[in-house]
Amino acid sequence: MSSVAAQQRRRTAAPAQSPASADTPRLSRKHREWLAAGLFLAPDVLGLLVFVAIPMVLSIALSFFQVSGFGSYQWIGLGNYRRMMHDPLFWDSMRITGEYVVILVPVLFCVSLGLGLLVKQKLPGVGVYRTALFLPYVISLVVVGVLWKFLLDEQTGVVNRAMRAAGFDGESWLGSPSLALGCVIAVMVWVMMGYYMIIFLAGLQEIPKEFYEAAKLDGAGPWTTFRTITWPLLRPTSFFVLLMSTVAAITGGLDLIFVLTNGGPANGTSLAIFYIYQQAFGFGEFGYASAMGSFLVLIMVVISAVIFKFTRGGRFDDGE
Amino acid sequence: MASDALTSRAGGRRLRSPRTGLTALAVVLSLISIFPVLWMVTSSFKTRVTVTDGNLIPKDFTFDNFVYVFTEVPFGRYLWNSFFVSAVITVVALFFHSMAAYALARLRFPGREKLFGAIFATLLVTAPVVLIPLFLVARELGLLNSYAGLIIPAVFNAFGVFLLRQFYLGLPRELEEAAIVDGCGHWRVYWNIVLPMSRPILSALAIFFFLANWNAFVWPLVATNDQSLTVVQLGIASFQNQYTSNWNYILAAATVAALPMLALFFVFQRQIVESIKTSGLK
Repeated sequence: MSSVAAQQRRRTAAPAQSPASADTPRLSRKHREWLAAGLFLAPDVLGLLVFVAIPMVLSIALSFFQVSGFGSYQWIGLGNYRRMMHDPLFWDSMRITGEYVVILVPVLFCVSLGLGLLVKQKLPGVGVYRTALFLPYVISLVVVGVLWKFLLDEQTGVVNRAMRAAGFDGESWLGSPSLALGCVIAVMVWVMMGYYMIIFLAGLQEIPKEFYEAAKLDGAGPWTTFRTITWPLLRPTSFFVLLMSTVAAITGGLDLIFVLTNGGPANGTSLAIFYIYQQAFGFGEFGYASAMGSFLVLIMVVISAVIFKFTRGGRFDDGE
Repeated sequence: MASDALTSRAGGRRLRSPRTGLTALAVVLSLISIFPVLWMVTSSFKTRVTVTDGNLIPKDFTFDNFVYVFTEVPFGRYLWNSFFVSAVITVVALFFHSMAAYALARLRFPGREKLFGAIFATLLVTAPVVLIPLFLVARELGLLNSYAGLIIPAVFNAFGVFLLRQFYLGLPRELEEAAIVDGCGHWRVYWNIVLPMSRPILSALAIFFFLANWNAFVWPLVATNDQSLTVVQLGIASFQNQYTSNWNYILAAATVAALPMLALFFVFQRQIVESIKTSGLK
């Protein structure tokens, strides 16, 4: 276009001009663009390098060292990994993380998809429901933890009060390991469902209305319509939600665990990320914690690859 | 449609329309969703004695809990720290991210796609996993226990760059081209044309960033131990440990931390939802 023409003109004109002439820039337009790009990109690239990329590499490097005290690093090769293999607490935390992810991700997926489908309907006051369902998401996990600790209290909590009023016995929600993990999952679903609901809603609104109208003319029921139109066309969104919620489940929730259960009872909610945090910042075992962290990243990469393959990268144009 | 509604109901009761059932369902789910938050807010106005009485509406409405929270603990200071840190991160991050995004979307230079790929790849590195080396890097740079340490590492997140780049790719090229032909430098194009045009996405992202940083807990926890730098989330967590069963105080503190975000949410709902939608679609 015009810019290409201008470049061409400049390129042919440039050698003829004297470099000292006052009203021509010293750099060609192309080089000025390169320079500008460099300057525009410098802060972010430098920052991402120092605070994301280098730490990532450092994390792997650290896993081969025994770190003690301030700045004392001793190369121990695979020592940390060997230790990890024989650490029953680490494997417990991995098992708990496994249970947590395997329950949380599908439940969250189904609940948010259901809510997305629900608030996509033209119901009276639908804006109000969207707001109400999304609201927990804006509250910090620390406040959420405090709040649910209050609601789930064995003696005085509202949840047990309601159960007793309905004729059941109260439960020691945060007092038994399996119930406590269930509570963490339920609370996470409550917090995150609104976020993924919005993402599903956006995905649903992308599906052309004509498809639904055609289905209606064909006399398709709601289930058939969902199975043949909504579900396949929603695949990119489903992929995104699955991937995001899995990664978030594996690496997130530290704040909630800290406040709600602190890993207990009997390490029942000690997710891998919590155990790693404890080793690093509780005991100063930075090398060992990095080894476990790297292992966790490896697992995450494998899971992401599986999700990618399973959902075909969210594409739906593969000619089924 | 009507027959579907009938057959899908096991009881076969005559419903006026499926919409009635769905509306009822939406109402019930909405109530379940907001009930805990409502309970927290109303309970924070109860006294020590009645805070666990199981009533939604306080019988003995009192502001004392809030007075206590602000006088016994430097809660005002915590709030200020959170506000200051979140605001600075938001402004600086949006400035840097929009600059980078502009270059990635609009300027031509060798290796552009590769660089974008590399920046995008950092999105896959989730913060908690690099927490340990990040802590060591911050320690080497002397950033621990300072506002700089709370702010600088939190600025750099490729999420903003990514969303802004998508937005800039969609802007019409004509305005810019005209300005360049007129002899405008790239900085002026960015500052006078591109930034004003990106106001909607910038405001959406600003609210999103502010919210995320106000709610941040893990990084402030490892990066600071000085009470004058305590952010509000850390403040509540330690307050809870200190006043274990004084639920009236704890809930008042939690309410104080949550209210600004709830207010922000009600005012800027549209922008928050927009930023989430864009993040999921692209």
